[in-house]
Amino acid sequence: MSFVEFENVSLSYSEGGQRAIEGISLQVAEGEFVAVVGPSGCGKSTLMKLISGLKPPSEGYVYVNGRQVGGPLGIVGMAFQAPNLLPWRTTLDNVMLPLEIVEPWRSERGARRKEFEEMARAQLARVGLAGFEDKFPWELSGGMQQRASICRALIHKPRLLMLDEPFGALDAFTREELWCMLRDLWQQQPFTVILVTHDLREAVFLADTVYVMSKRPGRILIRREIDLPRPRDLEVTYTDAFASHVHVLRESIGRVREN
Amino acid sequence: MRLSPKVVFRLAPWLLTVFLLVCWEAICQGFEIKPFLFPAPSLVFKTGVEMFDPIMTHAIHTFLTTLAGFAIAVLVGAIMGALLGSSPIIYKALYPMLVGFNSVPKVAFVPVLVVWFGIGSIPAIITAFLISFFPVVVNVATGLATLEPELEDVLRSLGASRFDILCKVGLPRSMPYFFASLKVAVTLAFVGSVISETVASNLGIGYLMMSASSTMNMPLVFAGLMVIGAMGVVMYELFALLEHRLTRWANRSQNAAF
Ligand SMILES: Nc1ncnc2c1ncn2[C@@H]1O[C@H](COP(=O)(O)OP(=O)(O)O)[C@@H](O)[C@H]1O
Ligand SMILES: [Mg+2]
Repeated sequence: MSFVEFENVSLSYSEGGQRAIEGISLQVAEGEFVAVVGPSGCGKSTLMKLISGLKPPSEGYVYVNGRQVGGPLGIVGMAFQAPNLLPWRTTLDNVMLPLEIVEPWRSERGARRKEFEEMARAQLARVGLAGFEDKFPWELSGGMQQRASICRALIHKPRLLMLDEPFGALDAFTREELWCMLRDLWQQQPFTVILVTHDLREAVFLADTVYVMSKRPGRILIRREIDLPRPRDLEVTYTDAFASHVHVLRESIGRVREN
Repeated sequence: MRLSPKVVFRLAPWLLTVFLLVCWEAICQGFEIKPFLFPAPSLVFKTGVEMFDPIMTHAIHTFLTTLAGFAIAVLVGAIMGALLGSSPIIYKALYPMLVGFNSVPKVAFVPVLVVWFGIGSIPAIITAFLISFFPVVVNVATGLATLEPELEDVLRSLGASRFDILCKVGLPRSMPYFFASLKVAVTLAFVGSVISETVASNLGIGYLMMSASSTMNMPLVFAGLMVIGAMGVVMYELFALLEHRLTRWANRSQNAAF
């Protein structure tokens, strides 16, 4: 069985109401980088809630790591469009938050405090935030806050990282910087990534596999494997191969709009 | 010579106070108002100095009574606020009753308290508590209930329990609301204890004013009023300072990047 598996999953937020997503089946292998694209309101965030166990499916089954999802799991890390840092905590304390919640970290926190702090500092350094550990969130730029938020999602070494439009609120330059940051993080210590985005270039640049969703009720329209060689450099975004991937995905979304 | 705006800002409350006292003095002197009706501030001050020792004794008693009632109010208010704010069903069930209770004038309770506990400090402490716990409850509950669902989701996606969420996000986030309510609550606590003292005590500023007015000693009554007012201002400022110190993030984060 794949690492993440959806079997004919539907979800409606209200009993018997219109479905947010409908009949979704997909498989994600361990270590795979998956991107999900689709128009706003098509149920991308809903998909994330199903995987992270924040919502149970109305129909069908969701499996993560061979087991049916029954609630939030410690092996999952999540970051959202808004950085959602806690304003009363320093950057370092924000990053260390999952270690206060998720087992086994939680019970070892007293004994290994120093070590955990070093871990968090190292993680921040890896995303270029060395020296900002003691700053408060409002002292960081939007891009820096999002970096910190991704550090927080990774600090407890989750096997599955879920990103819900994490770069949507950033300017184009910062966004490309963070693409590279995420690419490097993923290449240094492989974990499975599910990235939700509405940016096709972002999806093609980062992912192994891209899924396109239809508008409400959300269904998977196409699945496309991106065979661009790794490691990918930003230069790759100017190649014909890259453009043709984006083009094909773009056309499938164009069809969504017409229907 | 011109004063800098900052100095003017700091002096403003003092200047206004002095100005009002001067007006008051002028009215009393100008219209020759009888001291047993409306004493001039100079006379109030003189009485205050002459009667310094008894006023201090009574003031300290009132102060301690108020603090005791206030402390209970903070404790009970914070716990009730946490319950109300974290459970919609408790909120729904309890809130109308709390509002109704808060609308009842607390003077009306004092005779009941006297029957139960006798004359003295206990009715005053309880009245101070009854009158000041409501703002604490409402503010803590509001702080918890207005918690952004996004912040909650961050914790929930990690598998945090409701108690974890309360401790890690709910309570820290409601701290600014909590400290804001303390300023209000402490001044209300003075109202409560003094009300009770005027009716049912033989100690405290309230009692002092009551007995002074029964002998038409208006200057002493006014001296008592001044002392209560001063204590209220000092405590308010103290908690305002505490609020500023402990919840600095809430004031600063308004200029956050998003
Ligand atoms: N908590 C909710 N309650 C009711 N309806 C919701 C809720 N969250 C999302 N929806 C609905 O579900 C659909 C999909 O939403 P969402 O998954 O957030 O879309 P996306 O993330 O792709 O923009 C939308 O039509 C939205 O109105
Ligand atoms: Mg969304």
